[in-house]
Parts: sequence; structure tokens; C-alpha cells
Amino acid sequence: MISALVNPLRFMAFSRWAAPALGALAAALIVVGIALGAAAPPDYQQGETVRIMFVHVPAAWTAMFAYAALGSASFVFLVFRVALADAAARAAAPLGAGFTLMALITGSLWGRPMWGAWWVWDARLTSVLVLFLLFVGYLALRAAIEEEQRAARAGAILALVGLVNLPVIKFSVDWWNTLHQGESIFRAGGPTIAAVYLWPLFVMGAGFLAAFGALWLVRIRAEVWRRRAAGLALQAAADA
Amino acid sequence: MITALTGRDLAVKRGERLLFEGLDFDVRAGGAVVVTGPNGAGKTSLIRAVAGLIAPVQGRIGFHGPAGPIEPDEARRAGCHLIGHQDGLKGARAAREELLFWTRWTGGGAASAHRAAVLLGLERILPLEVRLLSAGQRRRLALARLIAAPRSLWLLDEPFVSLDGAARATLQEILRRHLEEGGMVFAASHEPLPVAAQILELGR
Amino acid sequence: MSAAGTLLARELRLVFARGGGPLLALGFFACVAAVLPLAVGPAPGKLALVAQGAAWTALALSMLLGLDRLFEPDLDDGALDLLALGPLPLAFVGAIKCLAQWLVNGAPLALAAPIVEVALGGPPRAAPMMLAAGALGSLAFAFVGGTGAALVVAARRGGLLIAVIVIPLIVPPVIFGGVAIDAYASGQPWAPALALLGAYALAAVALSPLAMGAACRNALG
Repeated sequence: MISALVNPLRFMAFSRWAAPALGALAAALIVVGIALGAAAPPDYQQGETVRIMFVHVPAAWTAMFAYAALGSASFVFLVFRVALADAAARAAAPLGAGFTLMALITGSLWGRPMWGAWWVWDARLTSVLVLFLLFVGYLALRAAIEEEQRAARAGAILALVGLVNLPVIKFSVDWWNTLHQGESIFRAGGPTIAAVYLWPLFVMGAGFLAAFGALWLVRIRAEVWRRRAAGLALQAAADA
Repeated sequence: MITALTGRDLAVKRGERLLFEGLDFDVRAGGAVVVTGPNGAGKTSLIRAVAGLIAPVQGRIGFHGPAGPIEPDEARRAGCHLIGHQDGLKGARAAREELLFWTRWTGGGAASAHRAAVLLGLERILPLEVRLLSAGQRRRLALARLIAAPRSLWLLDEPFVSLDGAARATLQEILRRHLEEGGMVFAASHEPLPVAAQILELGR
Repeated sequence: MSAAGTLLARELRLVFARGGGPLLALGFFACVAAVLPLAVGPAPGKLALVAQGAAWTALALSMLLGLDRLFEPDLDDGALDLLALGPLPLAFVGAIKCLAQWLVNGAPLALAAPIVEVALGGPPRAAPMMLAAGALGSLAFAFVGGTGAALVVAARRGGLLIAVIVIPLIVPPVIFGGVAIDAYASGQPWAPALALLGAYALAAVALSPLAMGAACRNALG
């Protein structure tokens, strides 16, 4: 398993079947999650809009997971100099940015009927916004550095700095929010939530994670191919 | 104090391009190596690799003192001078400020900085801002570090560039004395060194 | 003089030489403070509501000025090569640079923060906390900002990229400082927020040099 994640040849053999398998799992879980979510009764407070949570919360979870994946891959790249780990980091970042964007948009859609505003500085939305900015910073830094190895290392250092900062950011935003906003808001995943909502939430969460995993593997494969192609082009130019 | 420098099976890449591989060299106290080769053969990269600024993709660079091997980072921090293409001088600062700073940073003092300035004929330009100096004067100011702070291994990338005849002679004399005192020189240069030097040819 | 002292003296002179030392940051700080009433309107009640927050935000942004010149000139003229061959590791060199950035820009901004806050119509009793949070916060901003600057230096002419990288990272100290100032002004317990700000600043001083050292190595190699 470990060597499958370090050795490009083994990885390509492993991901060849793992990516479609995860994709199929994701599709099945999301279909079941949507069915469960549609079957759940409307919330006595939120009405039908509670169903937006079944997309919003899993997207936010997956975005957090994507940053953890980006940070861990960066750590492996910096410490063990595994080229494949950099490909993994590079592949994870745009996906993470996509999931954070999905969480932001669905959060905003949910906020309009609930709070009467498209955007409210709620703790979860604010954390997700900062997470989005972290992804944007990572992508911008990598894009700004021309030489690939240099961009890879600078990106990895930034991802690690962000990973260390992320719990502090989460804590500070939650703390700031409780100080400024007395009323309690819908706490997804909290103990107060009814079981009818928990099941679709978890199934959708697992589905989103599987979807992230599948897309991640596909993107890593694409990155490995891109590097091979670039290497071959360089070789051809040298031979010519 | 570094008394020997060794390179074993070195390979260095820039970007995706392999510059050289399987390179070996040995320099002992009082010895010199001159790296030659066409443009793009990796002369500067080799010098920067010895200085620890570039990590070789393969092989190792070893530093040895009188008491055995020295940890490379430690050896570089205490025993290496580098004269590169860029001289590391700030245009807005006075030549004296820059000379004193780099002298202190590499372990010398005000007295030795003054001695170096005299030897290289820099006394008159010391009060001037670096941006007002000619290329040759800047080069001499950079070279003054070599004598201002005693360090045994000199890594020189084209040290004779932009020097006039008199300054060339002075630098040759400085190099000769450094080697006589048991120092080492590892240089990339089109100009022959004034001393018996091992030639390391890249890019064949 | 020790190597660290020699380097600090050089860095202080260099920070002073670009943009007249604290003048640029202070000028920017004052400009933001002057533009705000023009945008919000001059009604004292309206301005007073945001005075502390605006002064605090403007201070944080002012600390980003000059970061693009923290490492770049030394990389461009080869000085970073020579700094790497000195007695102190590059992580330490980065820390000294950030310390100089804090002494030259952070401390004057902290001194100016109470004035800006009062000028915008904020309560004068918040002034001591503006100063304290300004001093601690600018220390954190200098070190986290230095990390961003060291990362961007490999990109050459990073400029605004530093702000995009650094601002999400300085969310916690911005929050801690903002809460401390607000709590102090409204007579609520402010010590926890200030302690958190101090802890963050110390952690930034201790940890960001590691990232700066690695980032500088990367830019050189």
C-alpha cells in the first residue's frame, strides 16, 4: 500500500482501478444520500431549505479534508522528497478550492431564506471563506513561480504553514463568532441535530469524500502523465 | 579550518536539465582546482553546489579538517568564501559600510578590512556609495572580503572578470599567497591561475 | 560586535533606506485613515462605530508594505548567497530581517494607532489597548509577513502576491487584537484576547523562521 503511494509505477497500476472504483462508490453514496435527503421531513424551523445542508456541510468537510491532504502530501514531499507527493499536492489544491467554493455558494443560498441575507459572518461560513483564501494563495504562489521544482517546494512550505495555522484560524473564528453573536445557529454535526438529518448528512459526506478521492486520483494520474510527456519532449529536443 | 575538499560522483541538474554527472575531484591544503568548459556546462552550478546553495541530485561533497571530516553546513559557515557573478553589494550604501559588514559577517574585523582595502587600492573609494563605483572597483571591493576575513576555502566564479591589468596582478599575488599559507582555491576561470592547478573540464 | 548584532544593524539601515524607514508605512496608515471618513461620511456617530476596527485593519495592512523588499534585493544582488555562508543559519537571518521590519515599521505604527483611532472618533479610553495590541500584533504580522515574503521571493516581483498569501494566515492575530481592543474599550475582560495575541506573536517568532529558512534555500537553489 505504502509503496503504491510512493512508486509511480505501482501508483499508476493501483489508481487505474481504484479511481473508477471510488468514483462508482461516490456515485452510489450520493444517489442514496440524495434519496435520504429528499425523504427527510422539512425542518420545523428551516423548512425545505434544511436540504441545502446535505450539500453544504459535506462540501465543507471535504474541503477541510482536501487541505489536510494537501498539507500531508506537502509534508511527505518536503521531508522524503517523493515526487509523487508533489503531484498529489498539486492535484488536491484546485479540487479543495472547488469544494470550498461549493460550500460558500450553498451556504449563501441557505442564508438568504434563513437569515434574510446572502452573506452572514457566521463562524462556519467565515472559516470556509478563509480556507478558500488559503487555497487561492497556494494556487497563486505555485502559478507565480516558473521553475517547477522551486514552485513545488515553495508551495509545500506554504501548505505546511497553512496546515499549522488552520486549527488556530478555526479556533479564532469560532471564538470571535461566539463573542459577537449570542444567538445559536444551526449547528450541523452537533449533538442537537435529529437522526433523520444525520443519516443523509453522513451518507452525503462519505459520498463527497469518495468523489474527492476519485477526482484526486484522476488528477494525480494526469499530473504523472503530464510530467512524463514533458520529460519525453525534453528528451526529444536533446536528441534532435 | 578546512584542509581538504572532495567531490564524489556528483551530478547536478538545473531545472530538468542534467548538467554533469559522475564528477570527482580532490583539493588538499595549498591546492587549486580550475573548472573549465563551454558556456552552460555547469561551472557556476558546480561552484554553487560546493557552496551548498544548490543540492546535487547525486553524489556527495565532503569537507575535512585537521581532525577529520567536518559537517558540510558548518564547514561552509566558517570556512568558505564565495565570489560569484553578483557581488552582493548594495548600491545605496557606502563602500566602507559594505566592506565592513561583509568582513564582520565572515569573521574579520575593522583592522583587517582596512588592510584589505589598502592592498586592493580601495582607500579613496571607501567613502563613496557603491552605485557610483565602476565595475572593476566593485569587483575589487568584493574581492577585498577574501583577505579581510581569513577563510581557507575560496570559491571563485570568474574572479578576473572586469579587472584591469594591475588588479589582475594583485589578485594573482593574493591567490599565490593564499595557497602558500595552506589555503585552497576552487575556481571557474577562463584565465590560467598563477599556480599549478588541477583542471576540471566540464561538458565534454 | 556579534554576527547577529552586525546583521541587525545592516537590516535596520536597509529598512530605513527604502521609503524613508517608517515614513512609508506611517503615511499609508494615515492615508487609509483619512480616506475612510471620506467614504463612510463625516458623521461622528457613524465613524465612531468602526473607528477601532478600521484603525486595527489599517495597521495590519500597513505592515504588509515593504515586505516585497525584505528578501528580494538580497536575492537579486547575490547578497543572499553570502548571507547563507555566514555564521548564522538562514532561518536566523530571516528572523533578524523580520525583527528589523518590526522595529522600523511595527513600533511606529503601534504608536500611531491610538492617534488614528481617536482621530476617527473612537473612544480615547481604548488608546492604551490600541498601543499594546498594535505592538504585539505588528510583531506577529512582521514574522508571518516575512514568511510570505520569503516564499514569494522565488517568484520574482511577487508584489501583491505576498498580501494574498499572508492575509489568510494573519486572521487569528487580527481577531485576537480586534477582540482585545473592543473588550477593553467596552469595559469587558480583555486579558484572554491579549494573552492569545501575545501567544500567537511568540509562536510566530519561534516558528516562522523555520519556514523562512527553507523558503530562502529554495529561492537560492
